[in-house]
Amino acid sequence: MKVILEQDKCVASGQCVVAAPAVFDQRDEDGIAVLLDPAPAAESAEDVRHAADVCPALAIQLTE
Amino acid sequence: MSATRAPAPGHVLVVGASAAGLTTAEALRRQGYTGSLTLLGAEEHLPYDRPPLSKQVLSGQWEESRAVLRPPETIERLGATLLLGDPAAHLDLPARTVRTAAGRELRADAVVIATGLTPRPPAGGAGPRGTHLLRTLDDARALRADLATASRLVVVGDGVLGSEVAATARRLGVDTTLLGPQPYPMAAQLGTDAARLLAESHTRNGVRLLPGDGAAGLIADDHHRVSGVRLVSGPVLPADVVLVAIGAVPDTGWLTDSGLTLDDGVLCDAHCRAGEGVYAAGDVARWHHAALDRPVRLENRANATAQALAVAGTILGAERPYQPVPSFWTDQFDARVQVYGVISPDAEVTVVEGDPAGGRFVAAHRTEGALTAVVGWNMPKQARLRAAELSAVYSRPRPASRATL
Ligand SMILES: Cc1cc2nc3c(=O)[nH]c(=O)nc-3n(C[C@H](O)[C@H](O)[C@H](O)COP(=O)(O)OP(=O)(O)OC[C@H]3O[C@@H](n4cnc5c(N)ncnc54)[C@H](O)[C@@H]3O)c2cc1C
Ligand code: SF4
Repeated sequence: MKVILEQDKCVASGQCVVAAPAVFDQRDEDGIAVLLDPAPAAESAEDVRHAADVCPALAIQLTE
Repeated sequence: MSATRAPAPGHVLVVGASAAGLTTAEALRRQGYTGSLTLLGAEEHLPYDRPPLSKQVLSGQWEESRAVLRPPETIERLGATLLLGDPAAHLDLPARTVRTAAGRELRADAVVIATGLTPRPPAGGAGPRGTHLLRTLDDARALRADLATASRLVVVGDGVLGSEVAATARRLGVDTTLLGPQPYPMAAQLGTDAARLLAESHTRNGVRLLPGDGAAGLIADDHHRVSGVRLVSGPVLPADVVLVAIGAVPDTGWLTDSGLTLDDGVLCDAHCRAGEGVYAAGDVARWHHAALDRPVRLENRANATAQALAVAGTILGAERPYQPVPSFWTDQFDARVQVYGVISPDAEVTVVEGDPAGGRFVAAHRTEGALTAVVGWNMPKQARLRAAELSAVYSRPRPASRATL
């Protein structure tokens, strides 16, 4: 799985970090999401899909 | 799927093709639904997102196409029938059949109502030319076009929408006045302390605030174009563009004689069920929040997504009540504000991180010692971490708070 994060769409809600903390974090200074792992392992896939689902800015795109 | 689950419906019809509607459709597929799926929307446009309409789309910072919810190929892959530009006109509840304005008859095993809100028009109707409401992409286009040549904008209404548009217009260099009944813009949504800071930010950036005032009427020139706003306090403010942002009402006109309970939205149980095989999600839904122990209707973007996911789960047999921590964000000038929980006017407010004077802080709102809300000002990550405590409160099955929305 590959993860693409569009930081300029991100509204800093942090939902992705709650859903998949191994793959996403937020910058301390402005809360914009950062991708910790653009190609997460299979065991995180479900969490990452959930992160993409709950993102209120639709800033997370996934390719299998 | 476990054996205890109800059989999946053969046809799901989602009415309203925006944030909540499209997310419901996507979530159904993601959760394994393979039956037929129809997405019916009143607007001609492919599903798009609303928060950018008062921000990046209105300012011109984004091309309109950036506001689409999903690229066309992604929507194609959903395997849904997309019927756009044809509003639902009637629901026959026992037959679970929706009739559309164009005369289609759509029968389904499950119907999801996700028709959102319609803005409240100014008293006396649409108002003279140059008077705007803002809910749709077409509204945003019209407002943007008028702002390009405007010399004076008056925003009537000091809630989230009015405040955001005032900020965006001012950034475009338009002379802007914001008026409304509250002492500070968004006081109801932010609490007095943060709203006062917001007011300072507006004033510093050149927005004229008229707190505690309202529009008594709109004045037109000889060409039936708006030329001013008569204030409740007496004087007339000159204006060539007026935005009326005095709230919006659930879009339930098409359900009037359906037999569903309509009471400031479509009334639902804790699982977002409005009737046998009928569900509601997003701004239009008023459902029983099990932790708050009362019906709640939220008008924010995070809820549209989360409630859509919950409804998809309910349709497919998950018996999990929907009881989120309400949350929203707003962007105005240099402030990005996050609010979690329920703001109540008499909460005790303490700054728990950062410093308001420095333009970054997190404030905790407590009532009788219990945390009821967290407000973050340019500290989104820290606000989210502080709000984690609310999740525990909100996930309890029983009444957690006596605060009112
Ligand atoms: C300008 C603006 C800025 C915003 N900014 C923020 C923000 O910064 N943060 C935040 O948290 N929230 C914000 N919101 C709120 C957020 O956009 C809404 O909560 C969200 O759009 C709700 O989604 P929804 O799908 O429930 O309703 P909507 O987005 O309103 O979608 C409902 C859809 O149903 C369609 N429809 C209506 N009637 C019918 C019918 N009879 N038949 C078929 N279709 C019908 C409508 O045309 C519409 O496309 C903003 C809203 C606006 C308008
Ligand atoms: S969920 Fe979306 S909007 Fe929120 S922080 Fe993550 S990427 Fe940004």
